[in-house]
Amino acid sequence: MAEKKVKKEKTPRVKMPEQAPDVRNRNFEEVPLGLTPEMAQMEAARCLQCKKPACVEGCPVSVNIPGFIRKIVDGDFAGATATLWEKNALPAVCGRVCPQEIQCEGRCIVGKKGEPVAIGYLERFAADYARKSGNVALPAVAEKTGKKVAVVGSGPSGLTVAGDLILKGHDVTIFEAFHKTGGVLVYGIPEFRLPKDIVGSEVATLEQLGVKIETNNVVGTTVTVDELLEEGYDAVYVGVGAGLPRFMNLPGENLIGVFSANEYLTRTNLMKAYLFPKYDTPVAKGKNVVILGAGNVAMDSARTAMRLGAESVKVVYRRSREEMPARAEELHHAEEEGIEFVLLTNPVQFFGDESGRLTGMECLKMELGEPDASGRRRPLPIEGSEYKMDCDLVVVSVGAKANPLLTNATPEIGLNQWGNIIADPATGKTTKKGVWAGGDIVTGMATVILAMGAGREAADSIHNYLTLGW
Amino acid sequence: MFKIVQREEMAQGTIVLNEIEAPRIAAKAKPGQFVILQANETGERIPLTMADVDTEKGTITIIYMIVGKSTSLFGSMAVGQEYYAVIGPLGKATHLEKKGKVVCVGGGTGIAVLHPITRGLKEVGNEVITILGSRNKDLLIMEEKMAKVSDTLHICTDDGSQGHHGFVTDVLKDVLEKEDIGLVVAIGPVPMMKFVSMITKEKNVETLVSLNPIMVDGTGMCGGCRVSVGGETKFACVDGPEFDGHNVDYDELSKRLQAYQTEEKISMDACQCK
Repeated sequence: MAEKKVKKEKTPRVKMPEQAPDVRNRNFEEVPLGLTPEMAQMEAARCLQCKKPACVEGCPVSVNIPGFIRKIVDGDFAGATATLWEKNALPAVCGRVCPQEIQCEGRCIVGKKGEPVAIGYLERFAADYARKSGNVALPAVAEKTGKKVAVVGSGPSGLTVAGDLILKGHDVTIFEAFHKTGGVLVYGIPEFRLPKDIVGSEVATLEQLGVKIETNNVVGTTVTVDELLEEGYDAVYVGVGAGLPRFMNLPGENLIGVFSANEYLTRTNLMKAYLFPKYDTPVAKGKNVVILGAGNVAMDSARTAMRLGAESVKVVYRRSREEMPARAEELHHAEEEGIEFVLLTNPVQFFGDESGRLTGMECLKMELGEPDASGRRRPLPIEGSEYKMDCDLVVVSVGAKANPLLTNATPEIGLNQWGNIIADPATGKTTKKGVWAGGDIVTGMATVILAMGAGREAADSIHNYLTLGW
Repeated sequence: MFKIVQREEMAQGTIVLNEIEAPRIAAKAKPGQFVILQANETGERIPLTMADVDTEKGTITIIYMIVGKSTSLFGSMAVGQEYYAVIGPLGKATHLEKKGKVVCVGGGTGIAVLHPITRGLKEVGNEVITILGSRNKDLLIMEEKMAKVSDTLHICTDDGSQGHHGFVTDVLKDVLEKEDIGLVVAIGPVPMMKFVSMITKEKNVETLVSLNPIMVDGTGMCGGCRVSVGGETKFACVDGPEFDGHNVDYDELSKRLQAYQTEEKISMDACQCK
């Protein structure tokens, strides 16, 4: 009896096999290698199959977590994916990029006394297994309603709305400004965190279900929201993200070698500049690279710079380690790969040579004062602490704001003081009838899964509208 | 979707015209706006201002000089072949207003960009004086089309093989001396726009230029195309591409255009499309 108890407690949480840091920091292959079926089944067996699962409450799209894990235990991997699909159109993506530690896994009861069940790894395992085996059990699509929905933007929230509404029997068309679908999943998050063929495969599954996609269409200029409504769409969902980079407005910021994270990552990921000259788009390769900011995008930029061959990559951040907004796992990965953190430091100006190329940066050391409105301790400059840091490439990664292209063309959609769309938090309804919005265009820059959660709520509201009325 | 329906070689094959099927763009495009094009999946996205649109046929026309890998790739495409991506119309349209007498100055392929703007200025009732420049008469494009939309047309060549022997700025100075000009529009190489703006600033004549910085997305998402105008940073793709010529930092623009010189050469050398 006692022996049995000990055995149960000692099944440790599975460790995800990874590429070694000194190998992976020079390639763009995915860092975590995924679980084997044996590892997945062993980990799945750690789940207690709670009657009232707290993990599900922690998931913004309410995936039936014990249900899909049970199927893995039983060896029904295709069935596990089908269970995921009922609530989540992008399981292979979410298994990789969700901050599980503050969502499902953060609520897992097993985690109270030890390490939580690795729900993210298992979600990823099921989705990958289904994709690789080709054994995908697609969920049933409801009878056609004859209603048409336009989804603007093919990022996480748009794809969620499209997936939900196609299953409910509506006719869905996605409009995407770029030549490829996926939004931040293809232009922002690097290949080594989220391989692009996985995004492609999840979008292809949506297409198999009947979702139509129109790429190269910039809603706001190529066509407006009003024109979509006139063209016969019964509802429009706006999920265009926060795609307008912030710069710091410092002297020398327009020198060659200073990039927004959006440009640096778009060139590398979407345009595949890391494969230049096989692909035609170039990207600057710095020797001494500085990344300004400390969020996930900053970590992505830093790790990208290392893989493009930098000799040194520094993350320069004005606050201290505790305030860094990036996920702990990302900071850990970055550190393992040789990225340095220069904390309590803020840039003042950039220097360049005669040809306009960046040569260095002047910094000021900071100390932390009283907490500010955000609850974080405010960084204050230390007088006389200026010093020069040599660098030939700077990536400004201090956030992004709402892009006004779409909203300028449709003034009836109400905006707040930052240019974000005002939408009902419970339904996603905007101030314009028949138009919903969600994701970063409403909240400002946030996470993939929050955008998906907003998409889920908007899809439910759109469905109610199309079947019952506004 | 983005099929080439007409192809024409100009200026001894160094400049190429493509008329492309793009009905959604053709329905919307206004003078001064541009598109981003990508030849194939491994290609890069490059901006080109539309030289013309045909709303009935649902086509747009672009004219480009073959200068590197991407334009060589574009140039190698035949009628019936398709562009992988064409996105637009992008950027702000030219503000067309009756100013009385206006001068339209074009150099090189800038003449193609200038064409719909000149036509627009003519249509709203301006008297249009056009000055076109090129290195020699063989490199001059769209002379007849520009003549149709202008009241007066001056040609300048660097070698004197046609028209005035010298720069467009020589003729411009002359025109500004003799006429009361309400607006100058200058589109062409950066030094040309810079010198035109210097001349018109002395005379205090409002001047519009169309800038051509490096772009990636063309929708305001990356800031690769940023330019300094009146001391402020602007994104040419959404705030422009047209700006007040007197406030543009041309030296910064010239430098930023050289950012990928090395890579551009590597790309061209690796290409079989020369």
